[in-house]
Amino acid sequence: MESTVLTQRFPALKLLASTDMATFEVPTTDLLAVVQFLRDQEGFDLLADLCGIDWPERQPRFGVVIHLLNTQKAQYVRLHVPAVNDSVPSIAALHPGANWHEREAYDMFGIQFAGHPDPRRILMWDSYPYHPLRKEFPLAGIEVPLPAADVAEVTGQGVEPAPMMGGPFVSDGGKMSEGEPSGRDQSWTEKHPKR
Amino acid sequence: MVKSDFGYNSKVEGEVIVTQADAVVNWVRSHSVWPMPMGLACCAIELMAAGGSRFDISRFGMEVMRFSPRQADCMIVAGTVTYKMAEVVRRIYDQMAEPKWVIAMGACASSGGMYRSYATLQGVDNIVPVDIYISGCPPRPEALLDGMMLLQEKIRQEGGSLRRTFRGRTIETKIVR
Repeated sequence: MESTVLTQRFPALKLLASTDMATFEVPTTDLLAVVQFLRDQEGFDLLADLCGIDWPERQPRFGVVIHLLNTQKAQYVRLHVPAVNDSVPSIAALHPGANWHEREAYDMFGIQFAGHPDPRRILMWDSYPYHPLRKEFPLAGIEVPLPAADVAEVTGQGVEPAPMMGGPFVSDGGKMSEGEPSGRDQSWTEKHPKR
Repeated sequence: MVKSDFGYNSKVEGEVIVTQADAVVNWVRSHSVWPMPMGLACCAIELMAAGGSRFDISRFGMEVMRFSPRQADCMIVAGTVTYKMAEVVRRIYDQMAEPKWVIAMGACASSGGMYRSYATLQGVDNIVPVDIYISGCPPRPEALLDGMMLLQEKIRQEGGSLRRTFRGRTIETKIVR
């Protein structure tokens, strides 16, 4: 597909620089028409991926990236949709596979998908108050109660920040047989805090 | 059979076996552990291998895998316990009849393993009492079998096998002559 086919039909689309595949910035108002045009006229019949992105320096901060595949010509196209008021139209009616992808993007980033048939969280539990893949969310997590109040009462357990001493596990670069991946800085623990 | 179970010599004792009630009950229990696979991640694959013909868990008297907690007495937590799943694990544990044991299979179930993150419970022992921890990521089937044999050893040494708790109260079973 020539990129001009799309930009001529939808003048609001912007061709973005890309090293691998045709990439367009699509305004939310054009998204449904563009995806339908690509699916019905241009043969991009498979939704390869749909994910949220968080780019705090940018305005708007959140966006959605959609990869579509033409299964006949083995071509990809990438659509970048900046969210308007943290909201993007749902394409689940055009590509049913987008249903769970959009639920995941909502769960992890808090992006709303207008017109989604089932806008619930998919990974975290329904009452979870945060969106964990946002840049400001700490990897260790934030203390909240367990989803089941009766289990929390019996066990005295809540959702607690995970131990982060030494940071995430990394390989030290040596031979695999000689060293296991471990935290880089093991000099501190929860009981002896970092100086 | 462990030597300490009975001091039985048919020529001396006749046809009578003298033992402690605990020893008999524990011997029976240790050789009929009915495990329930709580397969949550890749450890469950090794658990299945342990149940298959190559490793053959039935050699040690624990092959009766039950998928209902009502019929099982040993929960094998095989895999990563997320906070979302923790509730389910605890409820299933609560549904098991006494006496019951728990095995934490692998690094994730024992300590959270490599998942130091917001979503993962850092060890299933935070929500259920664990009897045996098995190291490995995932453990080999041999390691699971070794853990199960350790559990059998532990069961044989338990006291008060005729005692049970019911809704928080302790009930002694009386042997009536």
